[in-house]
Amino acid sequence: MHRTTITQARELLHSKKLSSVQLTEAVFARIDSVEDKVKAFAHLMREKALEQAKAADAKIAKGEELPLLGVPIALKDLICTQGSRTTCASKILDQFVAPYNATVVNQLNAAGAVIVGKTNMDEFAMGSSNENSSQHPTMNPWALDRVPGGSSGGSAAAVAAHECIAALGSDTGGSIRQPAAFCGVTGLKPTYGRVSRFGLVAFASSLDQIGPITKSVADAATLLNVIGGKDKQDSTSANVALPDFTQALHQDVKGMKLGIPKEYFTGGMQPEVEKAVQEGIRTLESLGMQTVEVSLPHLDYAVAAYYIIACAEASTNLSRYDGVRYGYRSSKSDNLVNMYENTREEGFGEEVKRRIILGTFVLSSGYYDAYYLKGQQVRTLIKQDFENALEKCDVIAAPVTPYPAFKIGEKMDDPLQMYLADIYTISANLAGIPAMSIPCGFVGGENLPVGLQLMGKHFDEASLIAVGHNFQQATQFHTQQAPI
Amino acid sequence: MDIEHIAKLARLKLTDAEKEKFSNQMGTIIGYIEKLSELDTENVEPTAHVLGLNNVFREDVATEPLTDQAPINDSPAHSKGHYEVPKII
Repeated sequence: MHRTTITQARELLHSKKLSSVQLTEAVFARIDSVEDKVKAFAHLMREKALEQAKAADAKIAKGEELPLLGVPIALKDLICTQGSRTTCASKILDQFVAPYNATVVNQLNAAGAVIVGKTNMDEFAMGSSNENSSQHPTMNPWALDRVPGGSSGGSAAAVAAHECIAALGSDTGGSIRQPAAFCGVTGLKPTYGRVSRFGLVAFASSLDQIGPITKSVADAATLLNVIGGKDKQDSTSANVALPDFTQALHQDVKGMKLGIPKEYFTGGMQPEVEKAVQEGIRTLESLGMQTVEVSLPHLDYAVAAYYIIACAEASTNLSRYDGVRYGYRSSKSDNLVNMYENTREEGFGEEVKRRIILGTFVLSSGYYDAYYLKGQQVRTLIKQDFENALEKCDVIAAPVTPYPAFKIGEKMDDPLQMYLADIYTISANLAGIPAMSIPCGFVGGENLPVGLQLMGKHFDEASLIAVGHNFQQATQFHTQQAPI
Repeated sequence: MDIEHIAKLARLKLTDAEKEKFSNQMGTIIGYIEKLSELDTENVEPTAHVLGLNNVFREDVATEPLTDQAPINDSPAHSKGHYEVPKII
């Protein structure tokens, strides 16, 4: 029963064929049997989860209906939970307990969800492989010697291994979509501003967005209904109408226009991956979508602009970790500045330091115009590319990654190669548009999952959900089970 | 890049091994991001924020605090409601 989707679990719970306590216990039994191999979690919240499950069962008995009532959900460990640790997979926050819940946690609680635990990640969401966790790497449930992707690799692996029914991740440059693609699950990065970031530990504030990682597009719609909306605690959350995204599941895609960006198909992908993506596009054509060629001419500059902007914002955001107000403090310091320097040297991992250095450099006197300002100008060009392309189509189809999940350790010595792996995902963050990854095939002898990316207009997640759901109604890729 | 200067600005005390490694890697990464100079951005406005939000104000009305837990309890060193730090001067 741990293999159920949110939709299936709700049916079982509401028809009283299954209690939330039974489902939650089944999920923890699954965790106990596979977690040694997958290591998807940073830490579990077993006792609290069972209390929540009991409370959910009491509500179900009274006939209450809530969108996630009694459903076990996992959270990436950079989403603050009052009373239990939020570590960001960093030594510097190893013992940090937030004094309040993130807004999305309050929303999940109000929707009746059972929170099973916090998932592993790249430290401060910086990475594409989950190897930058201060605790341990996470393994891909499809091939245990391969990475699950990152930075929400723990959430994607937990969903793929059925260690939860669904999860939340965060996406700054692809951190929901790339691990979803590598793990054969569905991942949705909503429009910037759609979901409150209050209580999400900040990496790059103009790019970060929380979103669902699920076993189906229908589940992503259910979760987005719960976590979307304006929040007075987050002044960057957008004051726009929040539609019922499950309505989009009934939408016919016949006649909708699917944009194919020619720059994404110039031989940068492994041939088998390209074939799976192309076949995915053919499937959408067979459902009545009309393909049109579009152009996103600044694709080649996206990685450079992104790493300038993201690292600049990160270097500023992470200056708060000074050993004074929270987190780790080095014990070997005799004055204040020493204490800052030792705390940060001992508390941060290598990739985080690398990005702080790059970000500090591009913001430093004499280099600001050449790098940071230039990066922001190129961001404008990339945003305009998408505005132009999305005038010609409803949804853009593209690859998520150039290749399937790579071997653990394979790219750790070459940060630039690791950054370039994000080429197809980071533009959506720079433009602020919604984007989704859905499974569209399996490649190689190890049968590794491949993702198809759908990108849409600002606040038009509904079209992505409609297209993605129609695709999943016509295909079986999302129901394939990882061999664990 | 003057790695020692940047590390000082960022309040990072790097080891000698880190200084060497990061210097080399920064050379490669900055070499790569130089490709932005191929683009003419003479009249392009910078984008800091995709939604174009300006200041977002709220009514000046007192509300309940977020939490009844004192945030100072998260500090690694505090006493009597004050943060403790090593000597400053």
